[in-house]
Amino acid sequence: MQVPSHVEYERATSVEHALALLGRPEHRVLAGGHSLIPMMKLRLAQPGVLVDINGLAELSYIKLDGAELRIGALARHADLLDSAVAGQHFPIFHDAERVVADPIVRLWGTIGGSLCQADPSEDLSAVFAAVRATAVIRSQHGDREVPVREFHLGPYETVIGPGELLAEIRMPAHPGTGSAYEKIARRVGDWSVAAAGAVLRLDKGTVKQAGIGLTAVAAEHFVAAEAEDYLRGKPATEQNFGQAAKIAAKHCHPVPDQRGPEDYKRHLVAELTTRALRRAAARAGAPA
Amino acid sequence: MTMRVTVTVNGTEYARDVEPRLLLIHFIRDELGLTGSHWGCDTSNCGSCVVWLDATPVKACTVLAAMADGRSVRTVEDLEQDGCLDPVQQGFIECHGLQCGFCTPGMMMTARWLLDRNPDPAEAEIREILSGLLCRCTGYENIVRSVRWAAEHPGERQ
Repeated sequence: MQVPSHVEYERATSVEHALALLGRPEHRVLAGGHSLIPMMKLRLAQPGVLVDINGLAELSYIKLDGAELRIGALARHADLLDSAVAGQHFPIFHDAERVVADPIVRLWGTIGGSLCQADPSEDLSAVFAAVRATAVIRSQHGDREVPVREFHLGPYETVIGPGELLAEIRMPAHPGTGSAYEKIARRVGDWSVAAAGAVLRLDKGTVKQAGIGLTAVAAEHFVAAEAEDYLRGKPATEQNFGQAAKIAAKHCHPVPDQRGPEDYKRHLVAELTTRALRRAAARAGAPA
Repeated sequence: MTMRVTVTVNGTEYARDVEPRLLLIHFIRDELGLTGSHWGCDTSNCGSCVVWLDATPVKACTVLAAMADGRSVRTVEDLEQDGCLDPVQQGFIECHGLQCGFCTPGMMMTARWLLDRNPDPAEAEIREILSGLLCRCTGYENIVRSVRWAAEHPGERQ
């Protein structure tokens, strides 16, 4: 029987209330709870006081604001999968959300919670890194913005400090951009053995900007930076995608575990990166 | 330390003093004595504990009773109304959708939610929504048939 250790519970009635509570030591945000509660059962997390933010409807939205897509931190995985505007501008989100956990878990797990959990195998961390999203972190002193590529300090560790709350993730929606996510897992709902996300902005068949995110293979900040550098300015061709994928596979640091040995994971990175780039280019309007 | 939690379960309001760490599945089973919802894997993998929290299915082993304070819960006990089975329950009878019955409450609550949103789901949609629920008798074929039966007989409460 798995039961969390003793904890106290407070329900936030507003963002201001949540921020005031989070300023105290031992307080920790409880959103969907689908990462935190299992961690508490295993004693990997032992917060003193939970601050339940599930009632804060003002943090639950997905909308296009000018040329930016804005996702409230309390939006659920199922909301992102159901969002037509998100899927239109960033099909990578729908690719990824189809393979995050399972449909029932996706009804409760939150987008902000996924990022803040900072699990090295978390799909959305690589996705938001690939799209070059920005995290909006709120405190009683106002908002600060941190690129998602600088948000994670390491496994289970983020830049969010005491008294702070992840409020929103936002990203520019450029025309001519295509994106895709490719994941291999052992079974439905499982973590990735490896996964790759790609975002390509094309101009007349040339890569103007490339974003490549990698999941579960210990890529620094979930990014294949060397592969992105290689692609920028080059024609969006199968040959260049294959070369970029090789670079991505070379520069990550997969750890052998029960999901597979290192060479297999590097093989997956190369193959999945190629597939993601191919689909991203097609979605950006490149001729097949 | 305990806290007062008030939850409306299957239309009846219950108030209990519980520890904040108490999981909703234990609140339902041990505090309220409603043992239709099953406590299975404890790790949000198997789905035998699925109930509705307000109108949304949740794996009740991965939510605190405290989070349900002031909200409503619907369990498998509420499917039968006035002695008449829900078509989902009847479907499980007609198509042999259960063997040991352990996963059945989660399967049924998830299926009822699907059918309320999508009265005529394709087999692939049924398989997708049930993909986070485990049946160790490997009765998936019959479970999917049972849900389809319910879709084809929406008015049949027996």
